[in-house]
Amino acid sequence: MIRIENVAKSFVLHNQGSAVIPVMQGAVLSVAAGECVALVGASGAGKSTLMRMIYGNYTAQEGRIMVGDVDVASAAPREILELRRNTLGYVSQFLRVVPRVPTLEVVAEPLRAVGMDSATAEARARDLLSRLNIPERLWSLSPTTFSGGEQQRVNIARGFAFEYPAMLLDEPTASLDATNRAVVMDLILTAKARGAAIVGIFHDEAARAEVCDREVDVSVFTPRVAS
Amino acid sequence: MTQDNPLLQVEGLSKFYGHRIGCADVGFDLYPGEVMGIVGESGSGKSTLLNCLAGHLPPDQGRVMFDTRAEGMRDTVTMSEPERRMLGRTDWAFVHQHARDGLRMNVSAGGNVGERLMAVGALRYGDIRGAAIDWLGRVEISEDRIDDRPRQFSGGMQQRLQIARNLVTGPRLVFMDEPTGGLDVSVQARLLDLLRGLVREMGLSAIIVTHDLAVVRLLAHRLMVMKDGYVVETGLTDQVLDDPQHGYTQLLVSSVLQV
Repeated sequence: MIRIENVAKSFVLHNQGSAVIPVMQGAVLSVAAGECVALVGASGAGKSTLMRMIYGNYTAQEGRIMVGDVDVASAAPREILELRRNTLGYVSQFLRVVPRVPTLEVVAEPLRAVGMDSATAEARARDLLSRLNIPERLWSLSPTTFSGGEQQRVNIARGFAFEYPAMLLDEPTASLDATNRAVVMDLILTAKARGAAIVGIFHDEAARAEVCDREVDVSVFTPRVAS
Repeated sequence: MTQDNPLLQVEGLSKFYGHRIGCADVGFDLYPGEVMGIVGESGSGKSTLLNCLAGHLPPDQGRVMFDTRAEGMRDTVTMSEPERRMLGRTDWAFVHQHARDGLRMNVSAGGNVGERLMAVGALRYGDIRGAAIDWLGRVEISEDRIDDRPRQFSGGMQQRLQIARNLVTGPRLVFMDEPTGGLDVSVQARLLDLLRGLVREMGLSAIIVTHDLAVVRLLAHRLMVMKDGYVVETGLTDQVLDDPQHGYTQLLVSSVLQV
C-alpha cells in the first residue's frame, strides 16, 4: 500500500548562507495492507521528516513515494489533496483547527469531506468522542480551549473517523492516561484488522510491541557527512 | 473529482505600469472547488494580478480562460465589456478588503443583497426579500437589521454583508482581496469559519489575496507566493508553509511572529 524507493531530502536555508543540510538518503520502506510498521531511531534521525514526506507536507528531492497508485513525490497539489481525503490519514501530535468550530464538527469533518451525510457523520463522531472519554458537554465547544490531553484525543478521534486505507500516526499514545491509551491501541488494532497500512512513531515501547509488526530504523537513511 | 476540467486557466499573464512590472508571466489552473491563496508583501503584484484576473484591469499580455456555462472556455481578456460585466454579476464575485468598496452605503442591507439579484433578472419583491433574509441569516446578520444601512453596521458585519451580496447569485468563482484585513481577530475567526463553510457547501472556487499566512493555512488548498511581480513558489499550502523552497518564502514564513 505504501512503497518508498530511494528517497532523498535536504533542506536549503537560503537566508543563512544557503546552507545545505542533507537529512535523508536512499530511504526505502514498504508497508502492506493490514501491516503496522514503526519508525525508530534517535531523536533527529528523521522519523517525522519521513512521515511528513509520505503525507506530502515535506518535499522529496529524489525517489518515489507511492501511496496506492499515487507518487506523492511528484503528484500535483490536487492529487495529494484527493489522496488525503480518500486514502491517507494522518494523526499529528498537534490539533490545528479553525477557531469557533465545535468539536463534533471538527471530528465529523473528514467524513463530510468524502460526502457522508451529516447525521451519519455526526453519529460516528459522537461514538469516537465518547469512546475517547471527551465529556459530552464539551462537544459543542471549539477544542481550541481544551487541555493538551483533550486536544490530543480530539485529534485522534478526527484521525480515525474515516477508515483510510493508509494511516500515519505520530506518537498517538503520547500523554494519554492508561484508559485512553487502551482505547487508542484498540482503534489502531481495529484499523489493522480492516486492512489499513499503518506507519507509526511510538516512543511508548510497550505500545510499539503490541501493535507493530516490525521496526524500521531511519538512522540507516541518515546521509554520511561527506567533507 | 480528479478528472474534471479547470474552471480557470491562466497563461502568461503580465501587466506593466510603464517600465515597472505589475505582474509578469503568471500561469496556473484552478479547478472547481479549489481555493488558491496568493501571498506576498505589499507591492509584490498580488492585487494587480487579482484585478487582472477579475477583469478590473486590462492585462498587457496573456490569457485568462474561464469555463463559461454557455460556451465553455472563453478568454475573458478579449471578450466584450458587456460580456465581462455579465460574468462579474453572475458567475464571478469580488470581495473587497474595504466593505464600503463592495457595498452601496446608502442602500439598506436587504437592498444591497437584493440589488445583485435584480441585476440578474429577479423581479418579484417577495422572492427578492426572501432571498435577502435567507442570505443575511447565512452570514449571521439578524433579520431585524434588514432595513438598516451598512454604515450603521460594525466592520465585521459590513464584511459579512458584502459576502452575502456577492454570493446571493450563486457564483462559481470568488475573488477576495484581503477579506479579513482590518478586522480584529475574533471577528476574523468568525469570518474564516463562515467562508470555509460556504466554500464547501456551495462548491465554490476562490482566489484569495492576503498577506496573512494564518488565513491561507486555514482557507487555501494551494498557495502561490509572489515577489516583485513574479510567482516564486507554488504548491500545496501546508507544504509551502512548512517546507518552503524559495529563499523569499523562507524569509516570509520565518518572519511571522509567534503568538
